[in-house]
Amino acid sequence: MLKIDKLTKRFGDKTAVDAANIWVEKPTMIGIIGRSGAGKSTLLRMVNCLSNASEGTITFEGEEITSLRGAALRNWQSRCAMIFQQFNLVPRMDVASNVLHGTLNKRSTFATMFNLYPRSEIHRAIEILDRLGIAEQAPKRAEALSGGQQQRVAIARALMQDPKIILADEPIASLDPMNAQVVMQALRTIHEEDGRMVIANLHTLDTARRYCDRVIGMRDGRIVFDGTPAQLTTGVARDIYGAGADFSEAATSTEIETLDRPGIREAESYA
Amino acid sequence: MADISLSGAPHHVDGIQASYMAQVQRRRLYGGLTLLIFVVLMVSGFNVADDRNAGGFWDGLHQIGDYPADVLSEAWEKRADLPALIVKYFPALVETINIAAVSTLIGAIGGLFLSLLGTRGLAKWPRMIPLFRRISDIMRAVPEIVIALVLIFVLGGGPVPAMIAIAIHTAGALAKMFSEVSENTDLKAVEGLASTGATWSQRMLLGVLPQVAPNYVSYTLLRFEINIRASAILGFVGAGGLGYELRNSMAWGPGRFDEAAAIFILLFGTIVFFDQVSSRYRNRLTEGQGQ
Repeated sequence: MLKIDKLTKRFGDKTAVDAANIWVEKPTMIGIIGRSGAGKSTLLRMVNCLSNASEGTITFEGEEITSLRGAALRNWQSRCAMIFQQFNLVPRMDVASNVLHGTLNKRSTFATMFNLYPRSEIHRAIEILDRLGIAEQAPKRAEALSGGQQQRVAIARALMQDPKIILADEPIASLDPMNAQVVMQALRTIHEEDGRMVIANLHTLDTARRYCDRVIGMRDGRIVFDGTPAQLTTGVARDIYGAGADFSEAATSTEIETLDRPGIREAESYA
Repeated sequence: MADISLSGAPHHVDGIQASYMAQVQRRRLYGGLTLLIFVVLMVSGFNVADDRNAGGFWDGLHQIGDYPADVLSEAWEKRADLPALIVKYFPALVETINIAAVSTLIGAIGGLFLSLLGTRGLAKWPRMIPLFRRISDIMRAVPEIVIALVLIFVLGGGPVPAMIAIAIHTAGALAKMFSEVSENTDLKAVEGLASTGATWSQRMLLGVLPQVAPNYVSYTLLRFEINIRASAILGFVGAGGLGYELRNSMAWGPGRFDEAAAIFILLFGTIVFFDQVSSRYRNRLTEGQGQ
């Protein structure tokens, strides 16, 4: 379905992504883990064509993405939704309008200027918001919402695009544990109920373990691990993060339950 | 935040949809009305202006290219003379640039003091802030050409009245831009210097200027570009420089259009040149030197 072949991105003499190969057969929920600066965001941005690859190709259902230009490129972007760490909504517009932005690829600039969305799409936008449990917020300005709600608006915008793939770039990195769980659960449900492929950059191991079917580990632009969550042992994780023997998964956890685990208790009592 | 489940029951979705649709309809109605009023005002305003015109817009429209065509065709016939004419008018260009440079410098210094004295938190005499603000308002409210005409009447024609006129306007305009920058400065350094017993001018020099210098220089360069144009225009009212020569050659009518063309080329080239140079420097100043 999705094939990433020797994908490379260079910024000057620095290689952000180094010959990445990923092959996805069927819609899967994939988590990409690694340190900051490992090239996770660059990889996702290249799949959405927000930045161009220096070398290599991305192929989706037989169509080469990396060579698309103009309208064909924008059409691909509408089929491949993206969710950002800082939500990237239009803060001064209401929530429903932000969700309707998911249909911009099908609209002319003129229709957009006068806010002429068809009634059916407005209804669909509110239904999607309701699915994410925030329909009441539809007429409010996006900036008036909490972080977790804004991220759900961003997911609603992504769903409005009716995409085959949803890319999530650190979707929970600026959320508290409770909201992080709501957002990750929403992504998981979308994957299970709609059968959409979800690729998420995550920076906590336990989130990747808990929600993803497949985990890809990146280090210094290279893919160093690709397997199921079960194969992701502590030793492998140390490798991915380049950490020493004192590395403990619980120490980076955002799960509330980890507080009850004995390991973190000890760690805290030492601190 | 309690509603984690995604399988929302259709309890009140219909109500939300209906009320949001009503809101959208209302917004569209207002938008349409605003657009209609705008179009009506534009059309009627244009018609009123056209009626009051001596010539009439539609009657004159087809003649709009006649004058440039005359100038261009004559200049093209005498194109062999152009290099010589450009050399001939080069001193006038230098005069124009000089007027702009001196007035920008003087205006920037004046604007600096006006802005520091007129910014809350920085002013030496906080009660006088409104006074300095009104002074800079007045200085930029009066167009350069009005000041220049008065000064030419008093001092006689030449570059000095033009320089003073542009400097006054520049001081007022830059004071406004500078004070917008200095309003956003971090006052911690100023407080730190005050705690050591520094005077007002020491505090400004060491605490404020290093912070705001890139923005100030950037605005001053932008003003320099504007002032080159302004000093060329002031030549038309007898203030010397390139504009004076341009008016002479244009007012003489056919026969000297080659000179007009040479001056246009000089003026255009200069403005483009300084535009490019200053925009490069401004980018470097505001965005840093790059990594």
